[in-house]
Amino acid sequence: MDIHEYQAKELLAQHGVPVPRGKVVYTPDEAAHAATELGGELWAVKAQIHAGGRGKAGGVRLCKTPADVKSAADALLGTTLVTHQTGPEGKIVQRLYIEAAEPFDREIYLGFVLDRKAQRIQIMASAQGGMEIEEIVKTHPDAVLQIEVEPAVGLQPFQARQLAFGLGGLTLKQVQQFVSVAMGCYRAFRDLDASMTEINPLVVTHEGKVMALDAKMSFDDNALFRHSALHEMHDPSQEDPREAQAHLHGLNYVGLTGDIGCIINGAGLAMATMDMIKYAGGEPANFLDVGGGASPERVAEAFRLVLSDKNVKAILVNIFAGINRCDWVAQGVIQAARDLKVPLVVRLAGTNVEAGQKIIRESGLPIISADSLAEAAQHAVAAAHGKTA
Amino acid sequence: MSILIDENTRVIVQGFTGDKATFHATEMIQYGTHVVGGVTPGKGGMKHLDRPVFDTVRQAVELTGAEASLAFVPPPFAADALMEAAEAGLKLVCIITDGIPAQDMMRVKRYLLRYPQETRTMIVGPNCAGIISAGRAMLGIMPGHIYRRGNVGIVSRSGTLGYEAAAQMTALGIGVSTSVGIGGDPINGSSFLDHMALFEQDPETHAVVMIGEIGGPQEAEASRWIKENMTKPVVGYVAGLTAPKGRRMGHAGAIISGEGDTAGEKSEIMKSYGLFVAPSAAELGSTVAQALATL
Repeated sequence: MDIHEYQAKELLAQHGVPVPRGKVVYTPDEAAHAATELGGELWAVKAQIHAGGRGKAGGVRLCKTPADVKSAADALLGTTLVTHQTGPEGKIVQRLYIEAAEPFDREIYLGFVLDRKAQRIQIMASAQGGMEIEEIVKTHPDAVLQIEVEPAVGLQPFQARQLAFGLGGLTLKQVQQFVSVAMGCYRAFRDLDASMTEINPLVVTHEGKVMALDAKMSFDDNALFRHSALHEMHDPSQEDPREAQAHLHGLNYVGLTGDIGCIINGAGLAMATMDMIKYAGGEPANFLDVGGGASPERVAEAFRLVLSDKNVKAILVNIFAGINRCDWVAQGVIQAARDLKVPLVVRLAGTNVEAGQKIIRESGLPIISADSLAEAAQHAVAAAHGKTA
Repeated sequence: MSILIDENTRVIVQGFTGDKATFHATEMIQYGTHVVGGVTPGKGGMKHLDRPVFDTVRQAVELTGAEASLAFVPPPFAADALMEAAEAGLKLVCIITDGIPAQDMMRVKRYLLRYPQETRTMIVGPNCAGIISAGRAMLGIMPGHIYRRGNVGIVSRSGTLGYEAAAQMTALGIGVSTSVGIGGDPINGSSFLDHMALFEQDPETHAVVMIGEIGGPQEAEASRWIKENMTKPVVGYVAGLTAPKGRRMGHAGAIISGEGDTAGEKSEIMKSYGLFVAPSAAELGSTVAQALATL
């Protein structure tokens, strides 16, 4: 799960990380009011979306008067911001964060991830802050400092000092501040089951203070059960409505741009089936894993989801029944397929496959049956192109 | 021979008395698995499926001589169950549970380092379909009837794609020694490489199929090892050519987040290390047949 910048800053501040003063607002009037309340002479108006690259996309504006803040807010609220991380459809701006702008002398990159290879929390720091980490790794590979945290004892101050001295140019006082920031971020990462934390940039202000100017956090969905406070930070406006709907029904759905709707059990088989469609000359409209217990209700919900995508010209159902029985899955399919307006290809395999195929055959519905994965993909591609295979 | 389990392996089920565990334990027993009991804290002393229930894994091991366990434990308690199994000295734990926090698995893996490598528990999973030594024993939730006994090992991140491979092989008259599901999570108990090394040593296994997917460094790591150490032919396949970057494809670990994570890159790596790469998931069986023909 992703959260907004202002929420990440709130969590990090609770763990002792200094952040600029700011307020979240939902209207232009609130924005102007927030600027007046925060005081000062310069404010940053920052679009809150679940994606990076906001600056380049025009989602961050510096303003010199509360009136400017108001008009910047007016211009940003309700727009859809397209950055290199949002995809072409962009993300809607419904909240802004108004911050007292902090003039700074220096930008540092600080990032935390759970590294799959090391199976440890890994910390990365670079003096090339402000740039994206992928870019830093490409252009300045030697400039990225990395340490791994031993899970049994956690991050140690000496490790944070290694990073601080490695970055160079920090006063002793700033080294201490950096250590405190790194330790705070680590505790937040560990205690809240984060999967990624990124402070880019971490700045040294004109006054010499080390401060998180931006913050991004993502959390392990599997651990949300033990963090009820994080649930409240969930913002459904930042998600594809179909994916949110799928989630409510325990289905995994990812929308794509093709025209063949997919309903499959198992994530690996789902990906492989999508690849088969491509291999056969078609394009999948979605990834959808109905999971182990493909009950008639779940199958019906899966059909509703897939059909809510208007691009879908054919549907491919591919179920390899292990715990499921094909006859049971077939019942669900024929119920859901009664009023279907697009061609349907069904491939069943595994437990009770003969009984399942019989139900499909005797349903009287124009369902195209396939015996193998290859045949299923070919039939679906032909059907979507308006041909019979 | 086979790897990890056979008909003589003494198995317990953790979370034995739950509904799902009861259903699958029954299937396992019918398949011929030597299930000697189970563990459900607070239900020690009971009988379930005609077998004794214990409060702790340690008691179960002392009184039944159990060597392996199948864990059917909900995510919040899974890490605890795995460490309990390791402490009790089980050689193998297979964990089916989907939804375990990644940092919990990180701590479990760290905990295992307390034990010397020779006696360290092997964890298979989480978020997997389990292990089956065809015709001998099953530690998991797969449909046993699709596996024919034979000489090809399967190791797969995906459960259903492992079934697909087995079914295609069965249709061509090719059998399986052992099939292992390592699971779809970002941190696995054991990796492709761990099982590849076991298959290399198993005289009954003549070739191996490795079924990967997008995300993580495991396929590349195993492929390099295969090139340097493996004498048996290996067939590779990676699902997710059409998967977009940065999106989680069902499995918690199936996400393209960095270099080397895509299906295309992994397939190329496999080819460069001399694996037989199946061009599509529909050609898993036929590619295995080609690999066997080189022997």
